[in-house]
Amino acid sequence: MTATADKAAAEFTDEVVTKALVQDVTMPGGAGTLALITLDNGFDHTKPNTFGPTTIAGIAEVVARLAERAAAGEIQAVGITGKPFIFAVGADLSGVPYVRAREQALEIARAGHAAYAQIMDLPVPTFAFVNGAAMGGGVEIALACDYRTISAGVPALALPEAFLGLVPGWGGCYLLPNLIGAAKALTVIIENPMNTNRMLKGPQAFKLGMADAMFAPADFLESSVAWAAKVVSGEITVERPAVDRDETAWNTAVAMAKGLVDVKTGGKSPAPYRALDLVAAARTADRATAFAAEDDALADLLMGDELRAGLYSFDLVQKRAKRPAGAPDKALARPVTKVGIVGAGLMAAQLALLFAKNMEVPVVMTDLDQERVDKGVAYVTGQLADQVTKGRMSQDTANKIGALVTGSTSKEGFADAEFVIEAVFEEIGVKKQVFAQVEEVVSAECVLASNTSSLSITEMAADLAHPERVVGFHFFNPVAVMPLLEIIPGEKTDDAALATAFAVGRALKKTTIRVKDSASFIVNRLLGRFMGEYSRIVDEGTPVAVADQAVAGIAPMPPFVLLGLVGPAIALHNSETLHRAFGDRFYVSPSLKALVEAKKAAYDPALQIPPESPVELSVADARERVLSAICEEIGLMLKDGVAQAPMDIDLAMITGAGFQFWNGGICPVLDREGISEKVLGTRLLPPGAASVPA
Amino acid sequence: MARQRREVVFVDGVRTPFGKAGPKGMYAETRADDLVVRCIRELLVRNPQLPPDRVEEVAIAATTQIGDQGLTLGRIAALLSGLPKTTPGYSIDRMCAGAMTAVASTAGMISFGAIDIAVAGGVEHMGRHPMGEGVDPNPRIVAERLVDPSALVMGKTAENLHDRYPQLTKARCDAYAVASQDKLAKAYAEGKIQPDLVPMATRSKAKGYGLAVADEPPRPGTTIADLADLKTPFRPHGRVTAGNAAGLNDGATACLLAAEETAKELGLPVKMRLVEFAFVGVEPEVMGIGPVPAAEKALAKAGMSIDDIGLFELNEAFAVQVIAFLDHFGIPDDDPRVNEYGGAIATGHPLASSGVRLMNQLAAQFAEHPEVRYGMTAMCIGIGMGGAVIWENPQHADYGKDN
Repeated sequence: MTATADKAAAEFTDEVVTKALVQDVTMPGGAGTLALITLDNGFDHTKPNTFGPTTIAGIAEVVARLAERAAAGEIQAVGITGKPFIFAVGADLSGVPYVRAREQALEIARAGHAAYAQIMDLPVPTFAFVNGAAMGGGVEIALACDYRTISAGVPALALPEAFLGLVPGWGGCYLLPNLIGAAKALTVIIENPMNTNRMLKGPQAFKLGMADAMFAPADFLESSVAWAAKVVSGEITVERPAVDRDETAWNTAVAMAKGLVDVKTGGKSPAPYRALDLVAAARTADRATAFAAEDDALADLLMGDELRAGLYSFDLVQKRAKRPAGAPDKALARPVTKVGIVGAGLMAAQLALLFAKNMEVPVVMTDLDQERVDKGVAYVTGQLADQVTKGRMSQDTANKIGALVTGSTSKEGFADAEFVIEAVFEEIGVKKQVFAQVEEVVSAECVLASNTSSLSITEMAADLAHPERVVGFHFFNPVAVMPLLEIIPGEKTDDAALATAFAVGRALKKTTIRVKDSASFIVNRLLGRFMGEYSRIVDEGTPVAVADQAVAGIAPMPPFVLLGLVGPAIALHNSETLHRAFGDRFYVSPSLKALVEAKKAAYDPALQIPPESPVELSVADARERVLSAICEEIGLMLKDGVAQAPMDIDLAMITGAGFQFWNGGICPVLDREGISEKVLGTRLLPPGAASVPA
Repeated sequence: MARQRREVVFVDGVRTPFGKAGPKGMYAETRADDLVVRCIRELLVRNPQLPPDRVEEVAIAATTQIGDQGLTLGRIAALLSGLPKTTPGYSIDRMCAGAMTAVASTAGMISFGAIDIAVAGGVEHMGRHPMGEGVDPNPRIVAERLVDPSALVMGKTAENLHDRYPQLTKARCDAYAVASQDKLAKAYAEGKIQPDLVPMATRSKAKGYGLAVADEPPRPGTTIADLADLKTPFRPHGRVTAGNAAGLNDGATACLLAAEETAKELGLPVKMRLVEFAFVGVEPEVMGIGPVPAAEKALAKAGMSIDDIGLFELNEAFAVQVIAFLDHFGIPDDDPRVNEYGGAIATGHPLASSGVRLMNQLAAQFAEHPEVRYGMTAMCIGIGMGGAVIWENPQHADYGKDN
């Protein structure tokens, strides 16, 4: 190891080292001895094998020994496999915050390449036996081998680097396209990561050509060794489809993938573009050149804020989402064995399905007339039947869940429910009346939850006999898909009710965030401010194309596309609500009003009202205007305690509005572009939290 | 309508290499159920003409039926092996003769016409499940002197056998044991054991994965002098030692049995035809004599005499118990018809699995000895029993004809 790598390893004190254990294995049929490397970090499958500096150094050491033994004729093949259920899930990224200099980053890249090149240069055939989950550097160590077998039971295989803000830089961008061709390789390197980090299962990876043979999990290793023996003895000749090296075809594949990256990132995330460049070059590059280019890309990206922000996001959804800040002690939560839903409209029916499916308790929907009730229940049974038809659910499970959901025009069925949620018309008087009616039926401890997107929880509870049981429970559409659930205590909400709400949220597999009772909570308020400022700029005379360039990469799609998705009427209602609550900071666009009056379903440039004295901003100025408005709003929300921390704002925007992982939501963008210092006089996050430390 | 008895044939059998029990053994971190599942899957791989849904019963024996040897192991093993969910299974316990009983009972089902094809086998991971784990003998056994207390310790029953037959000396036992090691070493050298073996992945947290391709217990080159001074753990100055008895082992076996007509229908090989079997009880404190009355009963039922048997595969739980059998039938200790490939003293004896190992080896010897028409597999069984199974060699010129 070089001095720099030593230093990196020394600083990387909490690396969980994955050992490369070696045992000699006798290959059947007299094929000789295979040195079998088992990658094992000593923990069970819940802590997968990862590769940090010490691990890579250990692999290099082991492979060097094997090279000597191979030269001495002691071994005729080398195999690499993982521990039970896990092959290896790639580089240990928990060490990234320790990387402060580009030279350090470059050393990490080079050390991995050097170890993998040693494997490629072994004088005997090398085999990867991919027995379980494989990602990133784990996939790349398999690619460094001459041959691969894969278990049909592998649950996940991916090169997720571009999703996080990196490139598959330990050979992935070079070896994979040269193994299976550019188009298929880009599915793995670009397309899957750009689609919320989709993963391949064993059979899919095999079909793509990433492995030469696939075996059942029950005797995967035995079958793999037997297969390897036949390859070594020449009984099996591995034939792979020829890679199409035609320049035009190769470049077309790269261009198509670039189109996808443009759509998904607005050109704002460097990682996928670097990966595209590497794949483009892989057609003609030799190994040394390709690996050196990967080293450079890794070093640049490791020293870029996007990766740091990506890792920050990863930490938010993996850790903070599991321990919501400000949630009361779990032990205070009361058991929920039956759920009531007031309303049987589309939202209520979606909720009924969600509760029944995840909590497996009876769910009663009520509405004013039988026809609506029947329609709500029919929606649930229809959705279940659909799942069965698509093969995603067994008939037995559909029967079980379907039988849990009933409907009634009377609220009597709520009597023994411990949790009742309303999904009725968004009007405070209606909500108060509904809760008063429910309170007549239910026990004194039954939690009353409201799916309001903007109304005051405190006010909703004000006239009840037991206001301490009322809690806001704000889902995002479509409720089955969007992970976020904002949980809002009113002024009098007690800890038991709040704890129960968090427990229910967890049971529904949602990311729960505690939000202070305030108009439109976190996501709708911030989206409203964003959309409002964007509309204001457009109304003042900046062309939509310019405005779109200005906000590229912030939201998952351009604002007016989002408008079409939400519906102009709802968007108008939101902006009016926010305007009423907060005043002129929140803009109500006359053009939007015109759109609603004309009953249009999407933005229509023809209805854009031309300004009297147009002001056309540059892309940079427009971006600063919009980001400054968002930043001001975040500052106010933090000051007023609407959100408990910038991290909750980012977690909410990622899980509730689809903001980008590699942006870290929104706060790291504001820090990175200097907006927070300008608007608030200070950063939102300390340096290094979601950025390269100084 | 009168029912015809159907002939039952032994189609194929495999086993894992046997390991030494205990923390240093090669299967120390390998599950018992994985061992037997590996055998079942190998049978399906070796016999691709057998549609998996034609397997109608999976009978798996284990002496200690808890943990990874519990949960109605035959059924769980069927599911883990990837057999269709429609294939039933069950567990069997007759101590050392578990797999032999699995064969006998599924053969009975086939002969009766209830099923056409069965998997029968056994497993014992004596490292994970030491002998006597969780046993709770009824206090009446002592109070009413139903059984001599020594009957529950197999080594003591072997010492008791020496007492009953003073001519069975330690010297004869040691000589027999050395021969067993020599015969196994020769069989390995000639590649006669390997075809029965299924390579088995071995997990070790400290060493990584390995692959077991040969038995771990054998001690080739053992001499009589080596055995002379071994301790006699079951009695001071006794005769039974670790050298003239089978060890404590881990391993599994499985075989395919079929109705003769079904084997023909599917084109499955016929390695042996089942002629007769018998299980008989004896005094528990001399359980090692069990194979004698079992063999006599089976022979009598088949209308045969001991002279009709051309090859013997006798389980060597203890050398004394094998030579007691040989003495009884007037067969020399070194008769070449007996355990041609050596026996459990050398290969190991993972209790409930061993019965099918005997059958695998007899089947291999049948192929080598077309001149031999009948062979016998026999073994002693804890709590005072013996089991014997007579098989016919399909290579023999008179195969299928009446005696």
